[in-house]
Amino acid sequence: MFPIVEARPLAAAVKLLKIAAPEIAKKRRPGQFAVLRINEEGERIPLTIADADPEAGIITLIFQEVGKSTAQLGGLKTGDSISDLIGPLGVPTHIEKFGTVVCIGGGIGIAPVYPIAKGMREAGNNVISIIGARNKDLLILEEEMARVSHALKVSTDDGSYGYHGFVSDILQDVIDAGTTINLAVAIGPVPMMRVVCNVTRNRNIKTVVSLNPIMVDATGMCGACRVTVGGRTRFVCVDGPEFDGHEVNFAELVKRQRAYLNEEKKAFESFLHPGGACSGGKS
Amino acid sequence: MAEEIEKKRRVQIPRNKMPEQDPKVRARNFDEVPFGYSPELAKIEASRCLQCKKSTCVAGCPVSIDIPSFIKLILQEDFLGAARKIKEMNSLPAVCGRVCPQEDQCEKVCILGKKWEPVAIGRLERFASDYERAHGEFVMPSMAAPTGKKVAVVGSGPAGLTLAGDLIKKGHGVTIFEALHKAGGVLVYGIPEFRLPKAIVQAEVDYLQKIGVEIKTNMVVGKIYTVDELMANGYDAVFLGTGAGLPTFMNIPGENFNGVYSANEYLTRSNLMKAYLFPQYDTPIAKGKKVAVLGGGNVAMDSARTALRLGADEVYIVYRRSMKELPARTEEVHHAEQEGIQFHLLTLPVEILGSDEGWVRGMICQRMELGEPDQSGRRRPIPVPGSEFTLEVDMVVVAIGTGANPLVPSTTPDLQTNKWGYIVADPETGATSKKGVYAGGDIVTGSATVILAMGAGRKAAEAIHKYLMG
Repeated sequence: MFPIVEARPLAAAVKLLKIAAPEIAKKRRPGQFAVLRINEEGERIPLTIADADPEAGIITLIFQEVGKSTAQLGGLKTGDSISDLIGPLGVPTHIEKFGTVVCIGGGIGIAPVYPIAKGMREAGNNVISIIGARNKDLLILEEEMARVSHALKVSTDDGSYGYHGFVSDILQDVIDAGTTINLAVAIGPVPMMRVVCNVTRNRNIKTVVSLNPIMVDATGMCGACRVTVGGRTRFVCVDGPEFDGHEVNFAELVKRQRAYLNEEKKAFESFLHPGGACSGGKS
Repeated sequence: MAEEIEKKRRVQIPRNKMPEQDPKVRARNFDEVPFGYSPELAKIEASRCLQCKKSTCVAGCPVSIDIPSFIKLILQEDFLGAARKIKEMNSLPAVCGRVCPQEDQCEKVCILGKKWEPVAIGRLERFASDYERAHGEFVMPSMAAPTGKKVAVVGSGPAGLTLAGDLIKKGHGVTIFEALHKAGGVLVYGIPEFRLPKAIVQAEVDYLQKIGVEIKTNMVVGKIYTVDELMANGYDAVFLGTGAGLPTFMNIPGENFNGVYSANEYLTRSNLMKAYLFPQYDTPIAKGKKVAVLGGGNVAMDSARTALRLGADEVYIVYRRSMKELPARTEEVHHAEQEGIQFHLLTLPVEILGSDEGWVRGMICQRMELGEPDQSGRRRPIPVPGSEFTLEVDMVVVAIGTGANPLVPSTTPDLQTNKWGYIVADPETGATSKKGVYAGGDIVTGSATVILAMGAGRKAAEAIHKYLMG
C-alpha cells in the first residue's frame, strides 16, 4: 500500500496528490511517469510524475477528474492509501544545454511540463514558458512555472486571465518577435500539441511532445499504447512518452484515445449515480 | 500367472476422461472447463499404470517426477502422500496438471500407449494436487540452515517461482521482483481462468511466501533498479526469468485501428485486469461480435475462446498453414472446435480495414497452399494468386508469437543476447555472460511451455546454489 501524505485541489476538477514512494522518488527523472491502481478492482492509470522529493521519499501526481477512476482517485484524502504504484516508467526527457527552450503546457499538460522546465533551467537553458487553460479557474502551477522560467506567458481560451487566446498564438508572437528558439517542448491536449507543431514546423524548430495514449501494463508487454511516429509503430510506454512532434500521427492518436468512450461513460455514470436510473431500467 | 491375467485385465480398462462442462454452456462462462477426477475415477485410472521397473514416463518429464510412485499412492488412497511425492520434484503441480503438454512428454512414452492409450498422468497429477489444496494442511518442508546469501529473482512466472522454491529450501534468502501488481507472470496475465483458475496460482504463490520467499510486486527491474544495482544492494546472485513479453504484430496496413489487439493486451485485460467482469472491475475490453484471431498456437486458442465467452457471435482462427501444422495442443483445438470456434486455415491476412472513426470493419485475406518444407520442417505456405477475399470482422486479435522484452538486457551492458534479443545462457546451468547472473525460461528460449521454464528454473537453482556455496 502507498500512503497519500497530501491531497488537495489545484483547480476545478484538478487534484494534486503527494504519495510516499521512496524508491520511485529517488530514481525518477523529468519526463517519466508512474502507473497506479487504486484498489483490487481498479484499472492501471498512467500519470506523469510532476515532482519528487527524494529526501522525503515523496512523489507528486497531478490529474484531472475526467472519468470514474480519476474521480475516485480525486476523492481520496490525506491518510488514505492506494494499493499499487509502479515507476518510474518511460524514457526520461533528454535534458542538456540547448540554448533557449520554450516550454508549453496546456491545461493538465502543465503538470508534466513543470519538471521539464525545471530540469532545462537547471541545465543552464534560457527557459521561456507558455501556459494556458480554458479559463482562469482551470489554470494550474502558475507560481511554480514562474519560479523555474526566465519568462512566463499565460493565456486562457476565454480571456478570463492573461492573453485571450491559445498558447500557440503566444508562441507565434514569440517567434515573430525574432527570438531564436533551440527547442520547444509542448504537452497538453492533442489538438494543442498538433497546432503547436504546425507553428514550429514552419520554422524548423525541433519540438518534443509527450503523449498520453491508453495503456495497460506500461512495460512494453501489450502494445495498447502504440502510436505511429515517422511512419513506424512505437510503444509510448517504453519508447516514449516523448517523441518528435513533427513526426507523430496525431489523428490516429485521437482515435485510439477514444476507443473506450462508451465504457468510460457507463462506468462514470454508475459511479456518480450508484443504483441510479442507469442500473435499473425496469421501473 | 495370476499376475499376467491381472495385467491383461488392467490394460483393457479404457483411459478415463475427466467430466467437463457442456460446450454450449461453458462457451459463455469463465469457469474452468473440466471438473477433474473424483477419487473413484482417479483410482480406476491409477490402476491402469503397470508400475514399470524402467519407467520411461519419468525420463519423459522435464522435472523428473517419480510418476509410478505417486500413481501407486493414489491407488492406495493416500492422496496427500501422492501430492507430496509430486511436490518433491515439481513445485507447481496443480498448474502443470492443467497446462503441461503431457501428450508430448510423460504420456507420449508411456508403455500402454504403444498398444492402448497411455495412462492419464496429467489428470492424475491434477487430481492429487487439487485434493491436497482442498484437504491438506500446510506442512513446512525441510529447510536447510540459513546460508546468509541473498538471491534476487526477476519475474514471478513459472521459472522464477520454481527457482525461488528450490533456493529458499537450500537456506538462501530469496526476493522476487515482479513488474506487475500480481505475482505469477504468464500464469496470471496470459492463461485464462477457464483453463487455469487464478486461485490455484495464488495458492502456489502463497505457499512460497509461507516458506519465506519475499515477493516485491510493482518492481520493474531495468527501471527502478538495474541488475547492477541489485547486486550492489546486497544480492549475491540474480536470476532473470522475465519471459518473452514483447508482442509481435503482422506489420500489415490497418493494425492500429481500434479493435485490433495483441493477444498479450487482450488476455492481460481479461485475465489480469478481470475486464470480463467490467464494470465491477474498472478495466474495459472490446466485445467484438465477429472476431478474427490470427495465429494457431495455444495463445490463439485462449484468445478465441475468451472472445466467445465475452459474447462474440462468431470467432475465427485465421492460420496460414493447415490443421496438421497447427501448433496448439490437440486438447485445446478440440475444446475450441467443440465450443464453435471456426477455423480459416491456409489463410493469410494482408490488410485490416477500418471505419472513418478508426474501428475495424473487415480484413482482407489471401488463400494459401502448401509448398516444399521450410527450415522448420513444415511445408511453406505460398499465396494463391488472385485469391483475395474480405472477411467481415469487427475485432482482430494478433496471436502470432512474442519476442524478448529489451528492458533488462538494454540496462545491463555486459549481458550477452542473441540476434533476437534473447539472453544467452548455458542450457545446463542458466549461467549468462555476467558473473553471478543466471537466466532461464522464455527470455532464453523464446516462447515455450510452462514446464520447460520450470525445468530451467530448477537447473539454474542448482547452479546458483553451487555458485553461492563454492
